[in-house]
Amino acid sequence: MLTYAKSINRALEETLLQDERVYLFGEDICDPYGGAFKITKGLSSRFPERIYNTPISEASITGIVAGMAVRGFRPVLEIMFGDFLSLAADQILSNISKFHWMYNHKVAVPVVIRTPMGGRRGYGPTHSQSIEKMFLGIPGIKIVAPSYFHDVGDLLKIAIQDDDPVLFIEHKLDYSRTLKTIINGRVDDWFARYTGDVYPVISLSLTDFEDDDVTIITYGGMVPFVEDAAKKLLFEEDIATEILIPSLIKPLNVNELIPSVSKTGRVVIVEEGTLTNGWGAEIAALLSDEGFKYLKAPVKRIAALDFPIANTKILEDFILPDTEDIVQTVKEIL
Amino acid sequence: MSSIFKRENDMHLRLKMYEQMYLIRLFEEKMEELFKKGVLFGTIHSCAGQEAVAVGIINSLSQTDLIIGNHRSHGHYLAYTNDVEGLMAELMGKATGVVGGRGGSQHIHKNNFYSNGVQGGMVPVATGMALAEKIKKSGNIVVCFIGDGTLGQGVVYESMNIASLWQLPILYVVENNYYAMSTRICDAVAGLPVNRGRAFDIESSELTSNDSDIIYNGSEDIVKKVREKCTPYFWVINTYRLSGHSKSDDRCYRTKEEEMKWAELDPLLIAESKIPRELRLQIEHNCMKRIEDTAEKVKKDVLPSKEGLADMMKLTI
Repeated sequence: MLTYAKSINRALEETLLQDERVYLFGEDICDPYGGAFKITKGLSSRFPERIYNTPISEASITGIVAGMAVRGFRPVLEIMFGDFLSLAADQILSNISKFHWMYNHKVAVPVVIRTPMGGRRGYGPTHSQSIEKMFLGIPGIKIVAPSYFHDVGDLLKIAIQDDDPVLFIEHKLDYSRTLKTIINGRVDDWFARYTGDVYPVISLSLTDFEDDDVTIITYGGMVPFVEDAAKKLLFEEDIATEILIPSLIKPLNVNELIPSVSKTGRVVIVEEGTLTNGWGAEIAALLSDEGFKYLKAPVKRIAALDFPIANTKILEDFILPDTEDIVQTVKEIL
Repeated sequence: MSSIFKRENDMHLRLKMYEQMYLIRLFEEKMEELFKKGVLFGTIHSCAGQEAVAVGIINSLSQTDLIIGNHRSHGHYLAYTNDVEGLMAELMGKATGVVGGRGGSQHIHKNNFYSNGVQGGMVPVATGMALAEKIKKSGNIVVCFIGDGTLGQGVVYESMNIASLWQLPILYVVENNYYAMSTRICDAVAGLPVNRGRAFDIESSELTSNDSDIIYNGSEDIVKKVREKCTPYFWVINTYRLSGHSKSDDRCYRTKEEEMKWAELDPLLIAESKIPRELRLQIEHNCMKRIEDTAEKVKKDVLPSKEGLADMMKLTI
């Protein structure tokens, strides 16, 4: 029974052991503290020379790992809260994502920037956001956001070995969750499949992918809400859903979505970031381009309201999308 | 690891540095001319007037050291690589350019030279490269060139703080040309620039000179210290850009008197007074021929193909 957090910790430990090019950087990541979310606990005791506790300087440490990567290392940077990626944005946009292409393929920048996103912990407007959407439009980086159905540690190892820079998005609520392992096409109540890509898309269905009415596309920390909604829809409304959960949310391969969409003709996209100009908007546009002939209803997006995230629970819950939003939206398009 | 040149400014080195500075100046002038003729597109930032800093420092380095440039780096690049053809082709947007026409004037990389166009953005990258060299125990150092305008960027100080904490082999060179585009240093930088290095316990010094011999000698000592002690250094060199900030700059913010005063301190004038006339004329002739011949040759080079672009994008994403 491995938690999401432990899986990441173990992957880092194994990678440090196996690949001497790997170094970790971040704020408060060394023992005894082991990181704000304890993800790096124990690593600095075992690899004291390769774990760098840094000052609170997100811009600089992001540039530093870029420099390390260009010169042959495989650095992994932890940004304590995903919200703080705004401080690192210039390094990601102007350097990390550009060097490889701009320097005409003469360098690679194999950095992994790990960071927790997401709300529902009452951390307020600047420690609860899901701002990976702000990086979706940048050519030259990958964004990987594993759900707890993915082997998150394995994906982290793959990201570290990826020659492209990777933003690795972890949801705070996922850390304590136990990973769900697909065995013989089943996991919990679900029938499950996954594509063979290095960053797989997982498909879930309660009805063994027979006669699903709706395709719900989601990722990361929204997955448990979508699961609950799918169960409610089936048991209370007799509506069957297929859930698609990409791990590589950017660039997204629309061809991985089409088989399900061509069967159901109805699509709802669920994300925790704000609605406007979000991940869902891009998928809706992609489906309009590539899957229009299959669509029987407008593509719907479920996301956070276009507000900052309030501190108080009642308002935070109101602003962030939840199970009921998904149930209602699915019913609207049937 | 030691430099190939001895101290005492022997004539061989002096001639080499004069040739490099003259070549850089001609390069910048040629580029300006090609803009006027419509051969070049976009913009460039000329380093005319600041050549002594580039050649004085870069000649004191080992070939395996790293050089991080900025938006005004033609001089750094040419002093390091001597690659007139690659840079000229890059500015002309040719497939034969240093980075195939993708980067242009500000965004280039060859061997251990890297530059990018955002003020201060390369300072942490340079600092990370210094950490990489330290971990590898390569004995290489990193020289990171910035300008007085860059002192306004916070990431510079984040990086200097870390370079001091982690004792990284990096030399930060501030080429103070007194203007950030049109903004005078007194309107943009509070206090003495050199104190900004000292604030982080980084050994720091200031030099006002356009004399390549003096800069070379100073640099040799500093580079040795950075390398042997594996420690950062912050060096402010006061110089002057004789040209405008970019090709569209009419220099309305400076007086003619000020420009005249600095024109007398032109690094080329200082250097030419120390070498025999015959040799100087020969060098100048060779440089002129080289710039003209290269420009004619590069004009005929092929442009990058769109097909190549599509293929390459598939590889990256």
